[in-house]
Order: sequence, then structure tokens, then C-alpha cells
Amino acid sequence: MIQIDKLTKKYKSAHALRGVDLHVEEGELFAYLGPNGSGKTTTIRILTGLAYPTSGDAWLHGFHVISETLEAKRQCGLVPQTLNLDHELTVVENLNIHGKLFHMKRRERAARIDELLDYVEINDRRNSPVKQLSGGLKRRVMVARALMHSPRILFLDEPTVGLDPTIRRRIWSLVKKIQQKGCTVFLTTHYIEEAEFLADRVAFLNEGTIVALDTPRALMARLGSWALDKIVDGDMETAYFKDREEANRHIETQKGSFSLRRVNLEDVFISVTGKKVQP
Amino acid sequence: MRGCLAIYQREMLILRKKFFRQTASMSVAPLLYLIAFGLGMGQGVSIGGRTYMEFLIPGLVAMSSMTQAFAIAGEINIARFYWRIFEEFQAAPIRNIAYVTGEVLAGMTRALLSVGVILLIGLISGVVLHYGVFFWVAVLLNSFVFASLAVCLAMLVASHADQALLTNFFITPMAFLGGTFFPVDRMPPWAQSVLNFLPLTHAAHAIRSSAFQQPADPYPYLLLAGIGTVLFVLAFWCVNRAKE
Repeated sequence: MIQIDKLTKKYKSAHALRGVDLHVEEGELFAYLGPNGSGKTTTIRILTGLAYPTSGDAWLHGFHVISETLEAKRQCGLVPQTLNLDHELTVVENLNIHGKLFHMKRRERAARIDELLDYVEINDRRNSPVKQLSGGLKRRVMVARALMHSPRILFLDEPTVGLDPTIRRRIWSLVKKIQQKGCTVFLTTHYIEEAEFLADRVAFLNEGTIVALDTPRALMARLGSWALDKIVDGDMETAYFKDREEANRHIETQKGSFSLRRVNLEDVFISVTGKKVQP
Repeated sequence: MRGCLAIYQREMLILRKKFFRQTASMSVAPLLYLIAFGLGMGQGVSIGGRTYMEFLIPGLVAMSSMTQAFAIAGEINIARFYWRIFEEFQAAPIRNIAYVTGEVLAGMTRALLSVGVILLIGLISGVVLHYGVFFWVAVLLNSFVFASLAVCLAMLVASHADQALLTNFFITPMAFLGGTFFPVDRMPPWAQSVLNFLPLTHAAHAIRSSAFQQPADPYPYLLLAGIGTVLFVLAFWCVNRAKE
């Protein structure tokens, strides 16, 4: 369970977070979306003890992230946006060091490493130096490492960035599997379809403020069911309709080329942030 | 304690993987100084009744333990700016004291390894001195000072390039001026006053005195322990600052 109350973070020249309030239930897969610089990574950095908030509070399973930081850190695992594995070390050595950092005993570490390497399907590369692995395999090692100490909350900051669609889908399956084991998953992503496919609930963050929060279905329903895209003076304009009949009636009055499609979460993103998705 | 061991073991794993490269690179500079200053310029020179080679070896021990202990800053910076592993440590439930202690111990281990290399080179060159308890205490204190300084500065710099600048401005001049290659008491009084501000001057004095079996002077030992403790404590604050 994650509880955030009036969280703010101010850097010298800018506000990264402006009073964010949020509650994520235990076992929920929660997607945290927003344009670049909206404060997604800052939120994760504060929750995982990598940065201090300017004001406000946050708790992970009842442990305050500042005053009970060590206990709070034990509750969570982090897969950061940038690869941060020890490239000189092997897969097993990376996991082993992580286990030691989380005070796991030798036998416990060995058993957990075997279990996790099977789980993320890289047991055959267990003794390979990380520098010899592909980007997709490195991501899987990072997920395994974050799960090493059996956290109750897993923070995934853009876990599939830069991966090809096949590998991305494998990571999605892995994330679903992790949630099914009872772990709370807090995900940030630029791939809107990722959030649409995976998340129980989605929050849209814009300029440090949550501007929309609900289930993907409810958020999309706010706009309608169908979207009509049309190019007007070189810019794409989209109109939303409750049902197909309404959309068809509108099409009959239109000239030029257009396309009719189902409303998706990207439409919600653009409507609440006023910005297009930047991969 | 386990957190500290994890940090230390990670550094040792990396050191073990590049042990031969690392040891060879540790040997290059002292070997060149021994050849150039010891065998070349120092032939026939005696200082305080000792051959220049005998004078030089303890100086090189002081210099090398300083540079190798300080070199942990480079490893920390690679972990911090290049591989971003520092974030993995920061997200782990370990206290700053565990992180600092692990890194300082790793720096001291590197320093001891480099001292072993120099003593071996000295032995091959036919220089046999006394390496008793006071000698090793002085070496450990010297490496403690510079490993602690390394952690502080590695946390304060904004990039790996800044770290190289600090080495050029502080460590390299100290290596040459801190009583490694010449006796500081032969310098003019004003220069002696300046050089006495350098921790290496006191480390070289303590290491040399103990290697020559001269009566132990507690002052340099206490001074190094004091400086090391201050820097070690300062390192905790620097780790917090780096978090932001």
C-alpha cells in the first residue's frame, strides 16, 4: 500500500511536484503517466529514498519514507529508468550483492537467485558478465534484482524503454505475473498501450499535479467510445463520440480524409495534459 | 554491518576481476620513480647515513598508499555517474555509515595491495628495511585519511572530469612535495611550514621513521588519526548531499 499526502518537490528553478495526493491499494497495478518532466521519476525517487521531498509525506505499507526510511526501503524494489547493473559482474554476482545489501542470508540468497532466474527465464546466462547481455536480458536481470528481497511494492520506472515490441511484451507478461503473486506494482511508462493493457488504475501527472485518476476504462469513457481523426491545416484534430451512430452522423457532414477508431488512453493523455505522447 | 560488507565485497569482486591489470598498473609509477630517482639520480647520494634507495622506498610507500586509497574515488565515480550503481546502494536499507565504511575499507585494501607491490620491488632491488607494527599503523592511517577524503570528494563532484581535476590539483602536488623524494627538513623554513600542512608529509615521516627503526613520534600518528576521523565523519554528510 502506498500513501502520498501533499507531496511537493522544488528544485532551484522549478516545481517538480505540487502537492500530490495519492493512495495505491495493496496488490494493485498502478500506472503513473505524464509528459517528460511532469514529475513521475521524482515521485518514484522520493518514494524509494533516492531524494528528499520539499514538503509533504509518503508511506510504504505504513512506514514513513523519511523518518522510517530503512523499513520503507525494505518494502520496495526498484527498476530504474536507466540500466544500473554492475557490468563487470555476472548476473548471479549482481543479484548476490543486492541480496547482501538487503541483509539476506547466504542460503536464502542462493535459493532466491535460482528461483528468480527461472522466473525471468535467464538461468542459462547466470554466469555471464552483464556486459555481454542484450538490452532485453539486462532489463530482466534488473527486474529479478528488484524482486530479490521479495518486496511488497515494485517500482518500475519506464521498464520497457528502448526495447523491441517482442521483448516489451515479455516484460508485460512478467509484470502481470508479479502482480498475480500479490505484489503492488507502481509503473511509469511512455507507452500508453502498456498502461492500458496492464494497469488497474491510471493517474495522469502534468506539471507536478495529478490531473486525472481512474481505471483506464472509466478515463476513456469520459471522452466517449469513438474517435474521429482528421487533418486540418496540417494538424490532426480529433473529435469524440458516445457511440458509432453519432460518429457516423458526424462523418456524413465532413469532407476530406479522416479515420474512425476506438478511443484509447492516449486520447485521455492528450486531452488532460494538452501534450502529445513522446516516445 | 552487512551493508558495509556488501559494499566492500562488491569493490573486492571488481578488484579481483581486474587484479593483474590493477597490480601491473600499480607497479608502473613506483618502478619508474625507482629507476629514475633511485638508480639514476640517486646513485651515490646518501641522506642521514642511508642510501637514497633506502630513503626512497618508504617515501614511495607513503605516496602509493595515498594515491591508491584516493583512487577509490574513481571507482565510486564510475559507479555513480557511468553505471549509476550508487542509486542501487541508496535504495537499499543501509545507513550512510555502512556505505562510507565499505568504500573506505576498499580504498585501504587497494592501498595495502600497492604497498605490497612496492615492498616487493624494494626487496628485488635489495632494499630491506624494518616493517614492524608502527610501519603498518602509519600506512593504515595514511590510507584511512585519503580513502575518507576520496569518498567525500567523490560525493561532492558533479562529474568524473571534476574528479580528475581534484587529483591534478591536490594529490599529484602532494605526491611530489610531501617528503616522498626529498627530506622536508632540507627545505627553506617557509617551505617547511607550507609542507607541514600536507598530511602526506607526516605520513612519510612516520612511515620512514618506523622503517628506519627510529623512536616512534606519536604526533604524526595522532594527527593522521584526527584528520582521518574528521574526513570520515564529513563523508556521511557528503553522501546525504549526493542524494539530492
